[in-house]
Amino acid sequence: MTLLEQKGEASAHLPVEHHQGPTGYYRWLSSTDHKVIGKNYMYTSLVFMLIAGLMAMLIRTQLASPNSTFVSQQTYNELFTIHGSMMLYLFAGPFAFGGFANYLIPLQIGAPDMAFPRLNALSYWLYLTGGITMLLGFFTASGAAAFGWVGYAPLSSSTNSPGAGPDLWIVSIALVGFSGIFTGVNLVTTIFYLRAPGMTMFRMPIFTWNMLVTGLLILIAFPVLTAALIMLYADRHFGTHVYSVKGGGSPVLWQNLFWFFGHPEVYILALPFFGMVSEIFPVFSKKPIFGYKGLVFATLAIAGLSTGVWAHHMFTTGTVLLPFFSALSLLIAVPTGIKIFTWIGTMWGGQLDFKAPLTWAVGFIVAFTMGGITGVFLASPPIDFATHDTYFVVAHFHQVLFGTTIFAGFAGFFFWFPKLTGRMYREKLAKLQFWLVFIGFNLTFLPQYLLGLRGMPRRIAVYATTDHFTFLNRLSTAGAYLTAIGFVVFLVNMWVSWRSPIKAPDNPWDGHALEWATSSPPPSHNFHKVPPIRSNRPTWDMNHPEHADGRVMTAAELSREVLD
Amino acid sequence: MKFEHKLYLGLGVFFAVIVAIYWFWSGESGGSTLILASALLGLVPGAYLGWWAMRMKPRPEDLEDPTSEESTGVVGAFPTYTIWPFVMGMGAFMIGLAMVFGSWTLVIGFAFAISAAISVTLESKRGGAV
Amino acid sequence: MKRSTIKTARAEGNSPASRRVRWGAKLAGLAVGSVALAGCSPAFGAYRGATTQGRSTFHLFQGFAITAIFVGGITFGLLFFVLLRYRKKSDAIPKQRHSNVKIEILYTVIPILIVVGLFFFTVKVENKVDALNPSPNVKVTVTAFQWGWKFYYPATNTTVIGSIKHYPQLVLPEGETTAITLVSQDVVHGFYIPAFNFSRYALPGFVNHFDFTPTSAGTYIGRCSQLCGLYHSEMLFSVKVLSAQQFQSWTSSQAGKVTA
Ligand SMILES: [Cu+2]
Repeated sequence: MTLLEQKGEASAHLPVEHHQGPTGYYRWLSSTDHKVIGKNYMYTSLVFMLIAGLMAMLIRTQLASPNSTFVSQQTYNELFTIHGSMMLYLFAGPFAFGGFANYLIPLQIGAPDMAFPRLNALSYWLYLTGGITMLLGFFTASGAAAFGWVGYAPLSSSTNSPGAGPDLWIVSIALVGFSGIFTGVNLVTTIFYLRAPGMTMFRMPIFTWNMLVTGLLILIAFPVLTAALIMLYADRHFGTHVYSVKGGGSPVLWQNLFWFFGHPEVYILALPFFGMVSEIFPVFSKKPIFGYKGLVFATLAIAGLSTGVWAHHMFTTGTVLLPFFSALSLLIAVPTGIKIFTWIGTMWGGQLDFKAPLTWAVGFIVAFTMGGITGVFLASPPIDFATHDTYFVVAHFHQVLFGTTIFAGFAGFFFWFPKLTGRMYREKLAKLQFWLVFIGFNLTFLPQYLLGLRGMPRRIAVYATTDHFTFLNRLSTAGAYLTAIGFVVFLVNMWVSWRSPIKAPDNPWDGHALEWATSSPPPSHNFHKVPPIRSNRPTWDMNHPEHADGRVMTAAELSREVLD
Repeated sequence: MKFEHKLYLGLGVFFAVIVAIYWFWSGESGGSTLILASALLGLVPGAYLGWWAMRMKPRPEDLEDPTSEESTGVVGAFPTYTIWPFVMGMGAFMIGLAMVFGSWTLVIGFAFAISAAISVTLESKRGGAV
Repeated sequence: MKRSTIKTARAEGNSPASRRVRWGAKLAGLAVGSVALAGCSPAFGAYRGATTQGRSTFHLFQGFAITAIFVGGITFGLLFFVLLRYRKKSDAIPKQRHSNVKIEILYTVIPILIVVGLFFFTVKVENKVDALNPSPNVKVTVTAFQWGWKFYYPATNTTVIGSIKHYPQLVLPEGETTAITLVSQDVVHGFYIPAFNFSRYALPGFVNHFDFTPTSAGTYIGRCSQLCGLYHSEMLFSVKVLSAQQFQSWTSSQAGKVTA
């Protein structure tokens, strides 16, 4: 069954509501609706996040005491490898560009679906099977991959890491990589070709803008990773020597390829979440976003610069052009700073309503500002020499990534939860979760900065009593447990909302963008009628004609559109 | 369409400038190749979009204040249910497992993937069906 | 048996210098609180650097830390001001301000200026840290392997080899420049001496060169910082900085010897 979708502000006469088609599991397996796929992505990635989070608990338990034997060194190496791989490849990215973007982009631009619905469905299945493939590693005789989420050559070669675990890791990321590329293609095409009439590029919500740029970055970065992985597989199985010195290859080539993917990847993970909070601050301040165009150009600047900074992960290799990468890495702090000031400027003079989404979004600013500032330290090669591969770096990137994916991610999750499910979450539980996670998070990672400066390398399974790392590690572990309790509260929240639902209105927050102009949850092809788009905030304009940004339709125009 | 064209072109030009600086400063070939590829990724679609932008009048989504006549038209055809992406995904999964365990799943995987590819093509040719 | 060797090696790494540093860290904690007071030099938790190169890095770090406190202070100040001042008070719709070009230019230009400043000092220190003395007093070839280190002094044909059961010791003269040549036999390792504020990858198939000019005698711990396989955590070594005279007698006593 195919629906021929009419373009237009008025498509009310289209019979989109009839629920034909398959039922039950088959319906779920065969759906190409971006909302179904988006939700699948979101829930799957949250499950992966919880699994990887449990691994983090094991890691923190191991490090809670010196000379620990809670897990073996081999298991420890497997744990942090799969923890990192899952969080980065299976949670952070897919949660954002598979989950939120898939669900929201068509709604925000007034489209009936993504541009390539079948490709979209394929993306999800590749992602799901890729994720399962990664976890299969734990069930093989030789264990899961144990060379870190970066898989540096030649540690990842067949002599240094034999067995099926590493191969499963490669195949898993290749599958997820293809899935990501397909999603990237879908995002860019949808945003270029399926916008509703009047939705010019500079009227798109900031979230959509950020997803467009994310899509472009995916297209730049992911193919490089997939190619690098294929060559790694060839080295392991077909006797090629791309990354091995003995055959005339170069281990540093892997690092170059990996980080050419890896650094844009950091922004692929971060930009969607920047986009989410850029939707949340205006709504809960009852104001438009401050400096819209500046924000868009800052995003584009980040995209441009992010492909020229990869080797700042390789300062200590002694093989890279330090001033070039240092300059670009420092420079990328400028557009990032612009964003932070833009968010503060949005709240300035507003009526801040501290519902859970805003609270989580503020938590994001706090975490991200700290992580961003310590990132500037690492952009300076001499300081990087002193702190590279220590817990200083671990603390830095967890503040950035946890800050974006968890704080901004949950801000977004609670913000759009009513739209996704047609139900309200429990406000008090969401706030309780916030405080537990916020305190736990800072308690976990702030001591790690000091540990790094005191010389604790990352990825070590044991340290000695005489290293004097014990106290700070205990603090960190306590913080991690507190964070875990926060996530239990989240599960309780979801359980309660599932068992005793409170119906959500279509527009519970007085939202600005188009997704708040349709029902909660939206009908199968999203809109019965797209409201006129004459500004960046069509739904706000419709509900607040006296404070509208764009031209307000005359009664005659509106009635004509309804009659259409 | 004009802005989409400028966006791609802008990124392409930016990467072209970066690759020029990087290449002449460092002489490192791997990274230069990758940035050059990024530049082409901006320039080629950018040129294509520009070519189209010259040939067509602005679309309703490019207009600041489109009239309701300008706003009507067909957006496109959207399938609602099809099992073939799932079949293809499972095919890819089995091919992936075969790459690790070198087993019979390779045959099944290819059978799945190829049949799904054929079916999905026929399906969209017919205008889609369940 | 293994555990006891760990203790000895680490106890050494912990002796006078390390205790001094820990004492310094406590002082630094106090100093952070009174950073406004003139004339103090807070360490912000970092090592002060026991080489001339590491000392430069430390000063750069201090500069970055002070800038960070300044920038972070302003950002958090603005944020908390907004959060407290603009709490919801009524249902009135606030003024719908979309932009303010002057402020936007301000928060673009000021960060650029800060970043340019940071870059300037970065390059200055980077050149110092990476500078290679054309005629170093001592040469040492460091070879990393799974899981240990080999230190080779070509001038006296002295070799020190370690393992995870027995950590090797790198002996350096105080006040003189040692040129280190760093390679790896197998996978990528990280040659990391926290007290020197320095680390460098040991890469297979690529030779790295750098100099150390230690400024204070003592024993320091050295580690592998880059994941290199199963016993990565135990790939330790120690660094002993002797006075130039003591170093002379050490080298002559070790000439031609292989210690494993
Ligand atoms: Cu090592």
